[in-house]
Amino acid sequence: MSGYIVPLLLFFTAAIALGKQENAYGIMLQGASEGLSLLGSILPSLVLLLTAVYMLRASGAMELMSLALSPVFSLFGIPPETAPLVLIRPISGSAALAVGAELMKEYGVDSSIGRTAAVMLGSTETTFYTISVYFGAAGVKSTRYTIPAALFADFVGFFMASLTVRFLF
Amino acid sequence: MVLSWIWTLMVLLSILCALFQGTGGALAGAAMQGAQAGVTLAISMAGSICLWSGAGKLMERVGITAMLSRLLRPLLHRVFPSTKKDPILAGNLSANICANFLGLGNAATPMGIRAAKGMNKDGAATNELCRLIVLNTASIQLIPANVAAVRGSLGCAAPFDILPAVWITSLLSAGLGVAAAWLLGKVWPK
Repeated sequence: MSGYIVPLLLFFTAAIALGKQENAYGIMLQGASEGLSLLGSILPSLVLLLTAVYMLRASGAMELMSLALSPVFSLFGIPPETAPLVLIRPISGSAALAVGAELMKEYGVDSSIGRTAAVMLGSTETTFYTISVYFGAAGVKSTRYTIPAALFADFVGFFMASLTVRFLF
Repeated sequence: MVLSWIWTLMVLLSILCALFQGTGGALAGAAMQGAQAGVTLAISMAGSICLWSGAGKLMERVGITAMLSRLLRPLLHRVFPSTKKDPILAGNLSANICANFLGLGNAATPMGIRAAKGMNKDGAATNELCRLIVLNTASIQLIPANVAAVRGSLGCAAPFDILPAVWITSLLSAGLGVAAAWLLGKVWPK
């Protein structure tokens, strides 16, 4: 069933656009070329961050990190292998993507760890980055309880990602 | 600036760890492989990212964003009561949430910031601003295109089979996050 979500979404969007006499193809083309420039801006950061991630992995630091955090993670049913992803996710989006891609590759994209990593990536945001952008732009100096509340939301995300993958697959 | 620290720390940590565990021989090679992996990952995601940027733009143009914000109105009034009196704020807020929902992060941020500016009172975050930011850090997304792109690039036959799990997870994390913010707002000093 979920296999039809994406094809149908693509079809209906284009069909609605045609119904409104919009140039569906031309608009998509424009968006696609914007996607290309987005890609150009994340490629350099992926190169730098994956360099560091590969070094961490080759040195054994990633395993050490998972090992050290595994008691806490097991308590909540979160796979300890995802520890590096959980730690980096609120801080940097590209770094999280790099770490997540490595987890999926290492443990298998359809493994429970690979799927959990994917759901974690898809359902959380770069919390600290978002907070600094918004408060910086709005000129707010006292953030009050925003950081604890946002980190709590992240924790719920990591916890639920592990739980949903266990029950849905 | 934060990333400069993180990157340097990551490299330092791997050197220390390698010294400790005697894995130093592999370190330089790993650095080169990692750099190449960055290019490979970016290129293998290219198709998906371009496709979804295109589809997202089309969804915005044909008015799916406007349709969603109409559906969102009642919920918006509950979480952000001041939108009842301020239609411009309401417009910015719902545009922000809908753009996030469609995965148009670049379009979402400016509208969110415009809404945030209207909520700032003497340099301290109001309860509504805190809730807005928690909502933005919890990302409710219809199609997590980047993740699906990575999965597809690794040879996954059904990269979108995680969608129901992603939806349940992000709805709950956003919902509970906003609930936590609401509770904290009752007790936290102004």
